[in-house]
Amino acid sequence: MALKIVASQCTGCSACEAECPNQAISEKAGTFIINPAKCTECIGHYDNPQCAAVCPVDDTCVIDPAVPRYQAAS
Amino acid sequence: MDPLTAQQDAIMQEIARHKGCGSGGGDGKTGCGSTAGRDDLPPEIWEKVKNHPCYSEEAHHHYARMHVAVAPACNIQCNYCNRKYDCANESRPGVVSERLTPEQAARKVVAVASTIPQMTVLGIAGPGDPLANPAKTFRTFELVSRAAPDIKLCLSTNGLALPDHVDTIAGFKVDHVTITINMIDPEIGARIYPWVFWNHRRYTGVEAARLLTARQLQGLEMLTERGILCKVNSVMIPGVNDRHLIEVNRAVKERGAFLHNIMPLISAPEHGTVFGLTGQRGPTAQELKTLQDACEGGANMMRHCRQCRADAVGLLGEDRSAEFTTDKIMAMDVSYDLDGRRAYQARVEEDRQSRVEAREAELRTLDGHGGASGVTVLVAVATKGSGLINEHFGHAREFQVYELSAAGAKFVGHRRVDLYCQGGYGEEDSLAGIIRAINDCHAVFVAKIGGCPKADLIAAGIEPVDGYAHDDIATSTIAWFKSYLDRIGRGEIVHAARGDALIRQGGLIALQSLNVA
Repeated sequence: MALKIVASQCTGCSACEAECPNQAISEKAGTFIINPAKCTECIGHYDNPQCAAVCPVDDTCVIDPAVPRYQAAS
Repeated sequence: MDPLTAQQDAIMQEIARHKGCGSGGGDGKTGCGSTAGRDDLPPEIWEKVKNHPCYSEEAHHHYARMHVAVAPACNIQCNYCNRKYDCANESRPGVVSERLTPEQAARKVVAVASTIPQMTVLGIAGPGDPLANPAKTFRTFELVSRAAPDIKLCLSTNGLALPDHVDTIAGFKVDHVTITINMIDPEIGARIYPWVFWNHRRYTGVEAARLLTARQLQGLEMLTERGILCKVNSVMIPGVNDRHLIEVNRAVKERGAFLHNIMPLISAPEHGTVFGLTGQRGPTAQELKTLQDACEGGANMMRHCRQCRADAVGLLGEDRSAEFTTDKIMAMDVSYDLDGRRAYQARVEEDRQSRVEAREAELRTLDGHGGASGVTVLVAVATKGSGLINEHFGHAREFQVYELSAAGAKFVGHRRVDLYCQGGYGEEDSLAGIIRAINDCHAVFVAKIGGCPKADLIAAGIEPVDGYAHDDIATSTIAWFKSYLDRIGRGEIVHAARGDALIRQGGLIALQSLNVA
C-alpha cells in the first residue's frame, strides 16, 4: 500500500512535500498528491509516515487500499 | 541562562532603567515599553526600532510594514489556529489571499516600496511558520536584500525550529525576530498545543509542550546573545494561560527579550478552531489591559499590535494588500527609488521631531490642573496615521485608545470596529457596535462627526470631541484632559468610572452581541 492525500481536506500547505524521503509528493491544482509508485509508507526511513505525522488536518494523509502493499526490498 | 555579553547586559540594564511606569503614573513620561522614544532608549537600540512599526509604538504612526506569504507549512498545531483557513496567530483567519514564490515576493516588495515610501519593514510570518519553510524564507530574504537594501528584514516564528537557524538569521542581518511563546509550563502548553512535529516525529501532550518551550527559550537566548532584538508574542487565553503570562513575561525578560506583546485570543466559532468550537472565550478589553498593566516593569509591553494577516501591507491599522495582488504587481512598472525613499523618510523624521517639543510643553501645563488628583481616563481617537486626529468618525475602521493621567497621554490599545458610515448613511447596528468597542472611554476624538452619532455617544456617556481636528493626538488629548479636570474642579461634571469594552473578533465577521458590563 501507499498513502494518498484526501484532496477535499488538503489545505495545500506543502508541509508533507518537504518531509517525504522519497520525493513522492508534488503539487497539483493547489493541493498535493502522492505518487504511489514512489511511496514506501516511509518503511526503512522512519517509524511513521512523515506526511501523516506533519499534516495539519487529521485523516488527510491515509493508506490507499487500492494500491498493493509496499514491499521493502529484501 | 547563558551569560550575556557585557555590552548586551548594559543595554538590558539601560532599557530596564528607562521603564517601570505602571498605569497609575510613574516617571511622568509617555515613554513606557514600546512607546519609548528617542530619549528613552540607548542610541543603538533606538536606531533599530525608530522606523519599525511593530517594535516602536511611536514609529507605528508613521511607518508601514508588509508581510509576504511565502511560508505555508507549519510544524506545530495550535488550538487557536485552523489551517483550513489560515494561522490565527500571525493573521486573522481565512485571509491570505494568495501564496507567493520567493521571486514573486521580491517583486511585490519592490512594488510596495515604490508606492509606499514609508514602508520600511518586510516580515515573513507564515501563513505557516517561516522556519518550517527555511528554503523559501531565506531565498526571499536573499532576493529582497539585493533588490531593496534599505528594507529591514523581520520574521515571526513559533520557535520550534529556531535554534537550528539562528546563524542563518544573523547572516541575513535580520535585526528583529518575533517568537510566539504562550507558556513556559508544559502542563499549560498541553492545553494549547495538541502536537508538534520535530526530528521526524510527532510529539503530543505534555511531551510536545516540554519540547516546544525548551526550544523557544533556547532560541530566544541564542538570538539575544547575538544582539538581535526579540519580541515575544503571547496569546491571552482566559482560564488557560492568562495569569501564567506574568511568569512568561519574567522568563523572557530574563533571556533578553526586548518587547512582550500580549494579544487577545481570537476564537469565533465560525473560524473552526478548537478553541472556537469548544467555546473558549477571549478576554475583554479590561481583562487584557489589566494583564498588560500587571506585566509593566517586566519586559517592555507592546499594546499596538493589530494581529495582522500574513500578507498585510501598510500602516498597522490599515490594510492595502488588495492593491498589491500578484496580477497587479506583475502589471506595475516599478523602479526602486532609494534616494526618493530616503528623502521622504527624512521629512517624516523632521515632522516627528517638531511635534515632540509641543507635546512636552503641553504636558508641563498639566501641573496645577488637578493632575495630582489621581484621575485617569481612557479616550478613543479616530486616526489614519501620522499621530494626528485626522479621521472622520464614520470612516474609522479602528479607534486608538489612550490613557490620560498626570503622566500624560499613553497609548494603551486599539479597537477595531465596523464602519459606521456606509454609502453616506449611518447604520444604527454598527453605531451600537462602536459604542460597545469604546465603552470604557470617556471621550472620542474625531476630525468630524455627524449630529446623530454625536447625540447617541453623549447618551452613552462618551463625549464626542471634534475641536482638535488634524492636530497631534498626544498634545490635543492632554489639552482636553486639562479642561476635563477643570470642569471637575468647577463642579460642572462628576468623574465616574466607565464599564468594560468588547474586543472585536477578527476582521471579517460582524460583531456579535455580547453583554458588556
